Amino acid sequence: MGVRDWFFSCLVVGGVVALGVNLMPPARTKPLDRAAVTAPDDHLKETVESINANLRAEWAKASLSAAPPANDLQVARRLSLALMGTVPSLEEIRQFESLPEAERLDWWLEHVLRDRRSADFLAERVARAVVGTEDGPFLLYRRRRFVTWLGDELAKNTPYDQVVREMIAGNGLWTDHPSTNFITVTSRPEEGNQPDPIRLAGRVTRAFLGLRLDCAQCHDHPFASWTQDHFEGFAAYFGQARLGFKGIQDGDGQFELEDRKTKEKRVVPPGVPFGSELLPNHGSRRERLAVWVTHPKNPYFARATANRAWAILFGRPLIAPVDNLEPQGVSPDKEKTLADQLLDILADDFRRHGHDLRRLFRVIAATEAFRRDSAADFDVTDAHERAWAVFPLSRLRPEQVVGAMLQSASIATIDAESHIVTRLMRYGQTNDFLKAYGDTGDDEFDDRGGTIPQRLVLMNGDLVRERTKDGILNASSRIASIAPSDAKAIELAYLCVLGRRPTSNETEHFTARLADTERTRGQRLEDLYWTLLNSTEFSWNH
Amino acid sequence: MEPLISRRTALGLAGAAWLTPLATQLARAAEKAREPARSLIILWMQGGPSQLETFDPHPESRNAGGTKAIPTTVKGIQLAEGLPLLAEQMESIALVRSMTSKEGDHERGTITLKTGFRPDPTVVHPSIGAIICHELPAAGTDIPRHVSILSSQWPARGGYLGDHLDAFLMDDPAGPVPNTKSFLPPKRDEQRLKDLDVVESVFAKGRRKTTDGTLHRQTVADARKMMSSEQLKAFDVSQEPAATRKMYGDTPFGRGCLAARRLVEVGVRCIEVTLAGWDTHVDNHSFCKAQNAILDPAFAALIRDLRERKLLDRTLVVCGGEFGRTPSINPGGGRDHWPTGFSYALAGGGVKGGQVVGETNPDAASDDKAAMLMMAGRGGTEKFVKDEVTVENLSATLLHALGIEYDKLGQTPIGRTVKFSNGQPVKKLLAKG
Repeated sequence: MGVRDWFFSCLVVGGVVALGVNLMPPARTKPLDRAAVTAPDDHLKETVESINANLRAEWAKASLSAAPPANDLQVARRLSLALMGTVPSLEEIRQFESLPEAERLDWWLEHVLRDRRSADFLAERVARAVVGTEDGPFLLYRRRRFVTWLGDELAKNTPYDQVVREMIAGNGLWTDHPSTNFITVTSRPEEGNQPDPIRLAGRVTRAFLGLRLDCAQCHDHPFASWTQDHFEGFAAYFGQARLGFKGIQDGDGQFELEDRKTKEKRVVPPGVPFGSELLPNHGSRRERLAVWVTHPKNPYFARATANRAWAILFGRPLIAPVDNLEPQGVSPDKEKTLADQLLDILADDFRRHGHDLRRLFRVIAATEAFRRDSAADFDVTDAHERAWAVFPLSRLRPEQVVGAMLQSASIATIDAESHIVTRLMRYGQTNDFLKAYGDTGDDEFDDRGGTIPQRLVLMNGDLVRERTKDGILNASSRIASIAPSDAKAIELAYLCVLGRRPTSNETEHFTARLADTERTRGQRLEDLYWTLLNSTEFSWNH
Repeated sequence: MEPLISRRTALGLAGAAWLTPLATQLARAAEKAREPARSLIILWMQGGPSQLETFDPHPESRNAGGTKAIPTTVKGIQLAEGLPLLAEQMESIALVRSMTSKEGDHERGTITLKTGFRPDPTVVHPSIGAIICHELPAAGTDIPRHVSILSSQWPARGGYLGDHLDAFLMDDPAGPVPNTKSFLPPKRDEQRLKDLDVVESVFAKGRRKTTDGTLHRQTVADARKMMSSEQLKAFDVSQEPAATRKMYGDTPFGRGCLAARRLVEVGVRCIEVTLAGWDTHVDNHSFCKAQNAILDPAFAALIRDLRERKLLDRTLVVCGGEFGRTPSINPGGGRDHWPTGFSYALAGGGVKGGQVVGETNPDAASDDKAAMLMMAGRGGTEKFVKDEVTVENLSATLLHALGIEYDKLGQTPIGRTVKFSNGQPVKKLLAKG
């Protein structure tokens, strides 16, 4: 063998080794970062206690029993689905269980909030509320840039009022200053690509204030105290936003509207529907509006944010629809409902602590409502769900279903630190799956029912088949080969897919099924995986 | 304000109602008494087809750019060249040449034409097919009654009526119906379902009512029923004689139209078949020529085939896209988006064929400021069309032809009052008015 042959062999072997190491990196376990857990301050405890007191009073008043506390792993699954769009991995469950019981959930919530997956997932959810899902005007709108920017801000935990002000009042090119995509998504080709003050006013009032002022666009609101003048005055704050060579800037000039009846043009001066004393005297129209919207004394901003945060964690808002807090208008003397009271408490804490979104999630996740089981030894009804006496069942969003499915098919955590091949595969598989499963669009918390194609995709779809079959990359085969006993294999599969241990009934049933020798062991595990993925329990938050 | 029954309960009741034999009987009875059309086929021309190269030629105008017109079997009505087979069916076709919309963007325009409403961030309107499925009886159909073949990015949706009314998505019917075949031997498949019962009963423990409220198991059962239904064969166009397949054209769109006819025969209410590729910003004429070569045999064969099977009276066929194209030709030889005067073709389903409604100004200029103002809602359309038919009026016409009370006041799940259509039917289009 010549030297050249020898070199060539070395090259081949080296290549194979490098490829192997890259594709299947040695098992890694991330160190636990327990220092990250911040001790809850007294005020947080006070806020949570005040919420709990209101909940208990409501249950007593309605003579409703509350469900027992949920299992810790169940609560961990809820947090993971709500904030990262996936389920805990077996690797994470192991870390979770290595901690003393009293510390587990606090550690888990901090772990989730600091994970980049959480920033990205929440950014997409917020983006749906503020810019929608549409592709928008060609070239003038970059949705991906906007979502990435939002994700960066959430990852830094930038105060939410600051993020919102940046969207409303930001200047510059939509490529350079991604927040301005909030404005350019409304560009109208028929108006020389200028932004649409009417659509912007509608978005701002609904997404940030939880008010549907835009119903007053065509007529005075039938119940609420908003009038057409209120809406038009609000829109006038966007009347000077211009799209030019330097991107979005504020110009001058008047905001004019055509009267629907007389067809005559009239100048509409800017004006807010209430609280005009909160408006600053300086700045562009949009800057002044941004300050007003996020002003700590504007009661709606913090309430709307709290309602949305609650909806993200529970799958349903305190007041539905999530962007309509005052369907009946403001009437100070009306009796406050439980939802109103809870929103007041949450909003107050959010405002007093610098509009800190993470803190808001911490508060809500610590409430009794969030920690209750969804099942009880009494007859659980809709009334229990409405009073938050049990944790409500809510349909998982399509992204959560695919996120949970891909994670459950892997023992290791699939996150921002996963191998690029894994992440790319996840990206491609997610898109294909969502196409077949159907997307929910902007309307985030309004359950419009499940569909037959969704069930077909989970029963017979390519992705389910690929990720459950006997293959070296799949958790089902890893479990088949590492579990010392059938009972252990069943437990691991349950932990991966449903995030809990099987009941004794289930262990017994599936132990008998795994003893069947007509199928290979890999096939038996594959069947178990399929069964768990197609259950109600998998597709619903509970 | 506390609703009397929650949405979830309502969904549950609706689901249960379909199962009872009584509901089936009622459905059958309603079916017999029904005069209007019972199915709708939408030939969706994604991209916005040029009216000038299809249903509204202006051969004498400077805007024609050389496009010629051909005579049809109806005296005085011409089609653009490239549609000779359709020209033979003109007695069954009504052309609307004065369609107007206010959306010049593909996504927004598509939503507008498919639902009859401009996109509204506060409510997702259902597409016309979803309304039809919601309002007309199910009549023993095991497969989805709303189907979209070769769907574009924006298929027809159920909107506030529920995601279960979303169109079922199907690619070229030369391939299998997606995800309807288990990849396992039957024995393993059945055993998995038995295993599923075990997991389900554990989950339902302590939350029976709320678990039932999810309708998850019901949907699984419906999906299983669909998987084993004979009606699935309606998608399989290879069962048709070769001559029939040839008549529709050996293209995905042709096969889609043939599958649509087969689906109508098993009771499917609305089938959308998409022909994409009409976004002709450059080289408009040659692209349109290629598109017409696909559209012409398929559309003409569909009308003929439905007529021969005595299905045309009860099946409404509609052909059009999200907007039309500019009258003048741009420097790249293309035409750009134009929602201010475009064409739709309607056939069957009680539509009076052999007529044209509305006309466009042959000498309209694309850069006309008035067109922009009209889209912005600030000016009339007189300069561009005569006898304008708005998107709203088209949706009302289609719903009316299917016997649906288009202006019935309904409520969205959040209690907002809406109509199925804000337009008025164009009486002239319908044989019985």
